[in-house]
Amino acid sequence: MVDIAFGPEPGHRPDPADNRATYLQMVRRKRMYGGILLVLFMALMASGFQLADARNAGGFWNGIGNVLAFPTEVVTEAWANRANIPALFWKFLPSLVETLNIAAVATLIGALAGAVLALLSTRGLARWPRLIGLFRRMMDAMRAIPEIVIALVLIFILGGGPVPAMIAIAFHTAGALGKLFSEVAENADRKPVEGLASVGASWGQRMWLGVIPQVAPNWIGYGLLRFEINIRASAILGFVGSGGIGHDLKLAMQWGQGRYDQVVAIFLLLFLTIVAVDQLSSHYRNRLVKGH
Amino acid sequence: MLHVKDLTRIFGQKAAVDRISFSLDRPGFVGIIGRSGAGKSTFLRMMNRMTDASGGEILFQGRNVLALTGADKRGWQSQCAMIFQQFNLVPRMDVASNVLHGILNRRSTLATMFNLWSEADITRALDILDRLGISEQAPKRAEALSGGQQQRVAIARALMQDPKVILADEPIASLDPMNAQIVMDTLRRIHDEDGRLVIANLHTLDTARRYCDRVIGMRDGRIVFDGTPDQLTTGVARDIYGADASFSESATSTSIDALDRDYAQAMLA
Repeated sequence: MVDIAFGPEPGHRPDPADNRATYLQMVRRKRMYGGILLVLFMALMASGFQLADARNAGGFWNGIGNVLAFPTEVVTEAWANRANIPALFWKFLPSLVETLNIAAVATLIGALAGAVLALLSTRGLARWPRLIGLFRRMMDAMRAIPEIVIALVLIFILGGGPVPAMIAIAFHTAGALGKLFSEVAENADRKPVEGLASVGASWGQRMWLGVIPQVAPNWIGYGLLRFEINIRASAILGFVGSGGIGHDLKLAMQWGQGRYDQVVAIFLLLFLTIVAVDQLSSHYRNRLVKGH
Repeated sequence: MLHVKDLTRIFGQKAAVDRISFSLDRPGFVGIIGRSGAGKSTFLRMMNRMTDASGGEILFQGRNVLALTGADKRGWQSQCAMIFQQFNLVPRMDVASNVLHGILNRRSTLATMFNLWSEADITRALDILDRLGISEQAPKRAEALSGGQQQRVAIARALMQDPKVILADEPIASLDPMNAQIVMDTLRRIHDEDGRLVIANLHTLDTARRYCDRVIGMRDGRIVFDGTPDQLTTGVARDIYGADASFSESATSTSIDALDRDYAQAMLA
């Protein structure tokens, strides 16, 4: 079909015996297709940008010049007060610990719930095979609702503090990890499970002895990865009133209060924490997955 | 003690097991032979309730085991041990734990999670390993053992269940001749010493002849032979396997002394 549409005109077909000419012809044709696609892509991007800019309240071109204004102000002000930063590190450490605690507890609870959901929704392992679809949709829903929405609702009900944030993150984590866990469990070797089934072991026993030891390294790896993500989530939830370092950041960041040294201190603390957790978790994940 | 009546299993359009019936009045050593796809494994899996039957009955000591569900079904599975071709142990756990898995049915999930085995159970598991001659392997991970040793661990797990029936699904199909003989000798010894009913799917005729009291031949889901090992002549075997005159048992035999001289010379010539 493609050859009919774009191929050389009849009569000008290269001699099939001449491999060189045939190949060059093919290269030219592929190049032409590539060029057409590129032009199309550029045109779509440009027109899409025009549309988006037209719908923008301020206008992209008017605003772009000011994009560095705020960071510059923050950094110059913080630089002027740089002597305060070590003391501020110390001051914000308790809220950082709170943020980390929210993330850790949420990851733990979310991972446990995710593990159960994953086993219930894995074909061949599920306790109730007919309900696999139900548990999968449940996890989809848990993943689909953003943490911040759940947190806002819970803060409204329970009042501000770390507990609503923890529940919100755990809920989202259960859905997210459940899907990943289920994919790992799908590839688990079924022979031990079958062996345990043959002695009359219950579903819980089959999963605990036959599946969990096989999937544990991968599951813990995904759990550590999720912990990193949850630290960020936990910091962001501070903005909507659930305590931790995010709350301090929100207070410090209000324009023109002369507290930009605090902003820089908090950003540095968060950055260092995330780098540290990232390094630690990638180290342990490598050890778990590769076994050394 | 065991009556199988019109047992059927249909996968899609095809009957894997097609209305088979037979009876046993005392615990024997029964061999089931037949080519791949004849329905041997499906029959054993139905007996252990790993696969559901499409129709028929399996009466064991007067009770229809096909009608059991839930905890009753698992209770039956604990009395009806199964040994697999691929051993189906938990590879990352140690040998003694794998043997202890035989009594999971009597234990709660919570006790299992915290690995709380009583000292009496552990001693019994070690005694069984000792009986099978692999007690020195007890602390090793199951995956570190050779195939023959793993199969003996699987037999130990079966014995830990203290079952009335032992089903063996091609127990020696992935073992070398030496280990195959050890495993078959072990199964026969369990039958002789403990008087347990053993039903084994086998794929070599000489094994069936040497170890079994009764041989059942299956072809395309039906029983086409049921008799003593002496009645299992080469002609009968050809019928069971649907083979022509070129069929020679010794060509695929895994028994060491089955390599008869005539055949060896024919191959060498």
